[in-house]
Amino acid sequence: MKIHEYQGKEIFRKFGMATPRGVPAFTVDEAVAAARSLGGDVWVVKAQIHAGGRGKGGGVKVARSHDEVRELAGRILGMQLVTHQTGPAGQKVRRLLVEEGADIRKELYVGMVVDRSTQRVCLMASSEGGMDIEEVAAKTPEKIHKVFIDPTKGLTDAEADDVARKIGIPEASVAQGRAMLQGLYRAFDETDASLAEINPLIVTGDGRVIALDAKLNFDSNALYRHPEIVAMRDLDEEDPAEVEASKSDLSYISLDGNIGCLVNGAGLAMATMDTIKLFGAEPANFLDVGGGATTEKVTEAFKIMLRNPKVKGILVNIFGGIMQCDTIANGIVAAARETHLSVPLVVRMKGTNEDIGRKILKDSGLPIIAADNMADAAQKIVAAVKQV
Amino acid sequence: MSILINRDTRVITQGITGKTGQFHTRMCRDYADGRNCYVAGVNPKKAGEDFEGIPIYATVKEAKEATGATVSVIYVPPPFAAAAIDEAVDAGLDLVVCITEGIPVRDMIRTRYRMQGKKTLLLGPNCPGVITPDELKIGIMPGHIHKKGRIGVISRSGTLTYEAVGQLTEIGLGQSTAVGIGGDPVNGLKHIDVLRLFNDDPDTDAVVMIGEIGGTDEENAARWVKEHMTKPVVGFIAGVTAPPGKRMGHAGAIISGGKGTAQEKLQVMEACGIKVTRNPAEMGKLLKSVI
Repeated sequence: MKIHEYQGKEIFRKFGMATPRGVPAFTVDEAVAAARSLGGDVWVVKAQIHAGGRGKGGGVKVARSHDEVRELAGRILGMQLVTHQTGPAGQKVRRLLVEEGADIRKELYVGMVVDRSTQRVCLMASSEGGMDIEEVAAKTPEKIHKVFIDPTKGLTDAEADDVARKIGIPEASVAQGRAMLQGLYRAFDETDASLAEINPLIVTGDGRVIALDAKLNFDSNALYRHPEIVAMRDLDEEDPAEVEASKSDLSYISLDGNIGCLVNGAGLAMATMDTIKLFGAEPANFLDVGGGATTEKVTEAFKIMLRNPKVKGILVNIFGGIMQCDTIANGIVAAARETHLSVPLVVRMKGTNEDIGRKILKDSGLPIIAADNMADAAQKIVAAVKQV
Repeated sequence: MSILINRDTRVITQGITGKTGQFHTRMCRDYADGRNCYVAGVNPKKAGEDFEGIPIYATVKEAKEATGATVSVIYVPPPFAAAAIDEAVDAGLDLVVCITEGIPVRDMIRTRYRMQGKKTLLLGPNCPGVITPDELKIGIMPGHIHKKGRIGVISRSGTLTYEAVGQLTEIGLGQSTAVGIGGDPVNGLKHIDVLRLFNDDPDTDAVVMIGEIGGTDEENAARWVKEHMTKPVVGFIAGVTAPPGKRMGHAGAIISGGKGTAQEKLQVMEACGIKVTRNPAEMGKLLKSVI
């Protein structure tokens, strides 16, 4: 799960990390009021969307008067902000963060992820702040410093100080750097984060170390123990089809193609998408119905896929295993009837009672095309869609 | 022979009294020698009782001492599953198979840290389990699709493993052992560990290795194959069409920072002498072509 920058900064402050003073705003008037309450004579108006690259996309602007805050807030609120992470359609800006301006002397980078090979949380830090860190990693890997954190000790003073010095935090500010890095680890650990990034982390003209940005993602498996984080979820930032699917315990991801896929199991679902591509078409979605492909779940899955106007055909691939194919076939027929299915449907089922399952599909009177294996199924749906 | 488990293995079920635990304990007990192999269950509140004749103990340690079991399988719900692994490790079991899906990564980081230097192997979590056909099934895979034989199968995904096994069985190639290592980012046995076991197993002739996007386990395993593997390995990687930054069902199936793409994995595998297919319907056929 993702949250906004202003929410990330709220969490940072709870862990003793310095951030600029700022106020979230949902309207232009609120943005101006925020600037007044903050005082000073320079403010930054920042679009709050879940994607990165907001500055380059025109979503972060500096204002030097209340009038300018008003003008910029009016321009940014409601805009379709396009960044390298949003896709060409962009993301509508509905929230702003108005912050006091900062006197930036240095821009640094700090990130945290779970490293799969060491099975520890990894702190990554670099003197190259404000840049795309993947680019830094590719071009100048020696500028990225890593610490694999011992979960029983946390980030030690010595480790934090060492990293702070290596990324160029001046000696007089190293203690602040330590507090920032250790705070970030505690925030990461205690909130069950899966990714944390401060880009940039800045050193100000008077030597203060401040998190100018905040990005936090959370492990969805751990949300059950963080109601305060679940409360920060912003459904406007998520794909409505994916939100709808998650309510029915379906794992769904929208893609760009025109063949809907309904599969049990994540690996088989990906393999099915790949097979569609192999035979010359593109999948419209990833959809894992999970172990129990019940009639209710299959029906819900059909509804979600069919809401996508691009879908010109559906491929169902179920490896029955413990579930019996006749049960699955009944579910598919019921779902096709309830959704008044009008696009071609190819079904491949494998497992116990395969023959009975096929007979149920055939006898349903619905235009369902049966397939023998995954490749056959993919070829049949690709051909059917091309005819439409 | 086989790897990890056989008909002489004795198994403790942690979480035997829950709905999932009950269902799959029945299925596993009814498969091949399951009746002899499933010797104990654990539930501190129901110690002294039994589940359909399988005695229940308060702790894994007591179950091990009373029955001599060396392996456990875990169906405990996610909030308590990491602690269940810890308990099995502390009891000194040889192998723990954790089926539970949805364990927080933070819990697994701590559990894996505690396991350093211990002898216990962990399979999973979020995995279908392991099966040695006609001997013993530990996990949630459908037993009937398997056939005893000499092909090893390793996969991160459940149904895709069944798909591979089904294809092998259909063309008459049985399996020595099929191992599902699970779809989580922080887990126990990896492709490389299971390949090592298959390489040393005199009754395995060749291996099907199935991977998916995310992480670099497949690449590491491929490099090991190039240096050490004496038996043919064929492979498939799921997720060529997966978009970056999206978690594809499995917690670990995500392309992040441009790393962990299917294309990259396939290239490394091919460069290391592993025959790969882009068509998952042909995994069985491909294996047949190399033996």
